[in-house]
Amino acid sequence: MKILVNADKCQGHARCYAIAPELFDVDDYGQSTVRGDGVVPADLIEKAKLAIANCPEYAIDVLED
Amino acid sequence: MAERTPVKDWETDFDVMDSRYIADPFTIWDQLRQTCPVAHTDRRQGAWLLTTYDDVTEAAHDVATFSSIEVGVIGADPDEVPDRVLEYGLPPISADAPVHTWTRRLLLPWFSHRRVDEYEVITRDLCRRLIQGFVEKGHADAAADYAQQIPVRIVAQILGVPGDQADVFTGWVRDVLEFADDRERVKHGAEGIFNYLTEEVQRRREDPRDDLISQLVHGEHDGVPIGEDIVLGMAALVMIAGIDTTWSGIGSSLWHLATHPEDAARLVAEPELIDSAIEEFLRAYSPVTMARVVTQDVEWKGCPMHQGDKVLMNFPAANRDPAHFDRPDEVIIDRAINRHVAFGSGIHRCAGSNLARMEMKVAIEEWLAQIPTFSLVEGAELTWAGGQVRGPRVLPVQFP
Repeated sequence: MKILVNADKCQGHARCYAIAPELFDVDDYGQSTVRGDGVVPADLIEKAKLAIANCPEYAIDVLED
Repeated sequence: MAERTPVKDWETDFDVMDSRYIADPFTIWDQLRQTCPVAHTDRRQGAWLLTTYDDVTEAAHDVATFSSIEVGVIGADPDEVPDRVLEYGLPPISADAPVHTWTRRLLLPWFSHRRVDEYEVITRDLCRRLIQGFVEKGHADAAADYAQQIPVRIVAQILGVPGDQADVFTGWVRDVLEFADDRERVKHGAEGIFNYLTEEVQRRREDPRDDLISQLVHGEHDGVPIGEDIVLGMAALVMIAGIDTTWSGIGSSLWHLATHPEDAARLVAEPELIDSAIEEFLRAYSPVTMARVVTQDVEWKGCPMHQGDKVLMNFPAANRDPAHFDRPDEVIIDRAINRHVAFGSGIHRCAGSNLARMEMKVAIEEWLAQIPTFSLVEGAELTWAGGQVRGPRVLPVQFP
């Protein structure tokens, strides 16, 4: 699985960071980004799915399943 | 205060200050969502009320049609001439681009995770001291003695103003937000805030410190010093938006736990559920409704909206929409998927949401650590505020 935060959609709710800080980082302006290249380790796939399902702006894209 | 007639028809004559709406808006929203999802009223210069998740989020993102220049749920009487008008209101909340964009960027770092982690230490200490003040008595007003006392002191810290003025600040903010029908009270609150902050701004000009007001007073935008109207408006926004809202969130959470002891017991036994519980309290008891102003005549969802019309962004109703939430009227503290919009949606997402979440979490954790079992005082009267910000104002609880 590979994910990306759409910077145009992200409004800084920071739900992804709260749910999966291993996968996401948030800057001082609230902008979320994926850590590293966005490839989700197998043991964090469930957390990634939860983060995606809780984003109120639908801002996390799945690039590869 | 103007006399209000009771609402007979919520579709065509709603009133968000009606006592029934304040006590139980949930059944009214459920009805409107089914029969008239975009309701209208002629009261107070007229307004539209949105009740579905899709409509509320769509309108929040359509900033070309729905401007933020007036976000108060209850507008001022057009015949009234305010004593003092800030050119941009309280930016960024009451601004559109471009002022919204740059003022928001100045504000956001004060509410970043890094900053909020620092505030968490003083918040936890504050909560413990407040509880020490009443834990031995066996009873307390969980709203006035506890919830109300927390956010105001953190906001004071950020602004760099003394925390011992907390009750004064709280009074002004309540005047502005909760008593919108009483124009004298609104005027009193607004003047209190602006006169106070005007003096603080002057003081920071000569004697800058490490606080938000100092940064704004000595800040620049595009190489030009930030105007005093903007500085005052932003400082007032932090005070107004940072106090009533989070206090309401903490109070509603405690009301829920007092009336649902099974959830309190579960949170004590499974403290790792605190994050999902707070999100669920935010969803089910969202405090804040905001307004927008229609920028041009438009037919929207079949409704003839006119330029200048007020539209109420009913985030609390959106969060109870069955089209987006399974069993929306049940509070499920381990709800796994919860795309609520208690902090808004789109570019005006609450700038203080990280802070509010931390304050709610710490306030509930500390309460349950020392008062794991509690209930409403039997027969005691509860009061709720509503309209712009909904939450309990008198919440008498007892504990063994």
